Amino acid sequence: MGILIHKDTRVLCQGITGHAGSFHSERMLEYGTRLVAGVTPGKGGTLHHNIPVFDNVLEAVTKTGANASVIYVPAPFAADAIIEAADAGIELVVCITEGIPTLDMIKVKKYLSHKQARLIGPNCPGIITPGACKIGIMPGYIHKPGQVGVVSRSGTLTYEAVWQLTQRGIGQSTCLGIGGDPIVGTDFVEVLRLFENDPETQAMVMIGEIGGSAEEEASAIIQKEISKPVVGFIAGRTAPQGKRMGHAGAIITGGKGTAASKIDVLKNAGVTIADSPADIGDTVARLLR
Amino acid sequence: MKLFEFQAKNTLKEYGVCIPRGIAISRSADASKTFREIGCNRCVIKAQILAGGRGKSGGIQFASSPEEAQACVSGMLGSHLVTRQTGQKGTEIKYVLIEEALPIKKELYLAITIDRCLQTPMLIASAEGGMEIEEVAKRTPDKIIKEPIDVFFGIHPFQVRRIASQLNLSGTLATKLSNLATNLFDAFLKNDCSLLEINPLAITAHDEICALDAKMDVDDNALYRHPEFNHFIPCQDISPAEALARQYRLSYISLNGNIGCLVNGAGLAMATMDIIKLHGGEPANFLDVGGDASPEQVTQAFKIILSDQKVKAVLINIFGGIMKCDVIASGIIQAINEVGIHIPLVIRLEGTNVEMAKKILNNSGLKITSAKDMKEAANLVVSKVF
Repeated sequence: MGILIHKDTRVLCQGITGHAGSFHSERMLEYGTRLVAGVTPGKGGTLHHNIPVFDNVLEAVTKTGANASVIYVPAPFAADAIIEAADAGIELVVCITEGIPTLDMIKVKKYLSHKQARLIGPNCPGIITPGACKIGIMPGYIHKPGQVGVVSRSGTLTYEAVWQLTQRGIGQSTCLGIGGDPIVGTDFVEVLRLFENDPETQAMVMIGEIGGSAEEEASAIIQKEISKPVVGFIAGRTAPQGKRMGHAGAIITGGKGTAASKIDVLKNAGVTIADSPADIGDTVARLLR
Repeated sequence: MKLFEFQAKNTLKEYGVCIPRGIAISRSADASKTFREIGCNRCVIKAQILAGGRGKSGGIQFASSPEEAQACVSGMLGSHLVTRQTGQKGTEIKYVLIEEALPIKKELYLAITIDRCLQTPMLIASAEGGMEIEEVAKRTPDKIIKEPIDVFFGIHPFQVRRIASQLNLSGTLATKLSNLATNLFDAFLKNDCSLLEINPLAITAHDEICALDAKMDVDDNALYRHPEFNHFIPCQDISPAEALARQYRLSYISLNGNIGCLVNGAGLAMATMDIIKLHGGEPANFLDVGGDASPEQVTQAFKIILSDQKVKAVLINIFGGIMKCDVIASGIIQAINEVGIHIPLVIRLEGTNVEMAKKILNNSGLKITSAKDMKEAANLVVSKVF
């Protein structure tokens, strides 16, 4: 089980012949992901890693029945790639690309509001249901099938948390990064609800960071709708005001979006906060005991 | 990227926004000539720095003669302006803007920003011009008017009518406000802004609506389609280390502590700073080498950290996913061979090819303390600086 993806998910890769797309397609295949098609305009009709490549997404969907897409195309073309996937009827679009202009994403979101497609990312590591399907760039071996759902705005910090869980023998139902940009496709709220409704998920880990109000919105939902235990960590307690901390969305402006204020609202909503990033695994272990 | 006031105003002028006549200079010898060129009895002289709070700190002054202008500009250029937004050291004034001083009836506030929660551009107006909008929002939230802007449609005329009536503007002034709002949004979209703020927006004695100040932030992710801003980059207010980091596409921010950090990924980099602090140390910087850095980038990142005189120990924390640990290890060794290292170095590596990386480091003969996890790494590096 797990959420959004499973072993029968038919994945298509946009930008499969590029450097990142090619490398990670191979890793996804090794993990057992059903990668059924690639798309690179101008390279239709060829094979890459023995996977058929098409000129456009619609053709790939028609011929292979792909229902999820992972996007590695460069930032200037990524907004168009997301819209193309949604237009072709793809249900789940995972955009790894970093550096998409914010106004492009606002237009994409407006477009998607009339479509069935769910977008994860951009600027994210992707999504994995351990042992079943991996869509993205996370190292597969650090994961272990199990009962904890992990959702995060970060990439490597998610790996850190997942690795701590796995080393303690705690498996994961699904792990996903929602992305480090100011405008992302799927937010904490939606993922927490999906985990709540997933019979396999017994507990959740939510990793937030400074900037914006996604954690505050999540805390309102946690209080009202979430019955399963939630462990939280917020990165950036030491981050200065007004500086963008690597992620486009990680910035404290006008005193808003600090780690301290996010930790406060999450605690009030009943989330167990790990004060140290090294204690995420132990905190979950204590809660599950 | 933040634009200086004069750069923002020059950009807005192209969109038909009313701007006072003015000229920016960087040499005080040009001050009196510029005053005469503008040709009015009274000018305002404004220090150009990328921080607010100038007015209260002497960064905005008036001059009524070329001599006064000369004296004022000489005092400003090259000096450091300290405002509540700059920190104690202040910011060096490299440019001043000399502008005609307009007779003003009323000061308003108008801005376009990105509302992250609603995921839309937002038009914000207030009758409380000249004040910091965060202050107004805190004290009198009802005095802030917000209208979300449809990114495809633009600003609807009825939205500006609503704002005009709340600002008590009617007739030609309401029409002028409508034109201004439309032009501003045009500028916002075409320049990929994340913020466009006019504060104060003045209604002059002649019933013109004029931008007395302008703050413009351009989305860094969109700079690739704005080569016209390239020549602004050298005059950005950043340290040499930050400029070097930018050149190598590294995300680096200098802080006040003495423990240098080199990390892959923004979230993990922030968490590494946090855990150093939690164990009683102070981070000297934020540095994210990114998801798939090359050995050369790692080398440069390491050099940037070592160039900071405050740094008394370095913590390298890498969770290799896409980035392979052996690549990091090679980069570190290359950097140490090039620049040498005289301070303690603690390394925590995990992830792809970690065993290979450990072998490379062990065989290097370098004095490195390695840690098995984040907690041990933080403890070790903090113990090195006490």
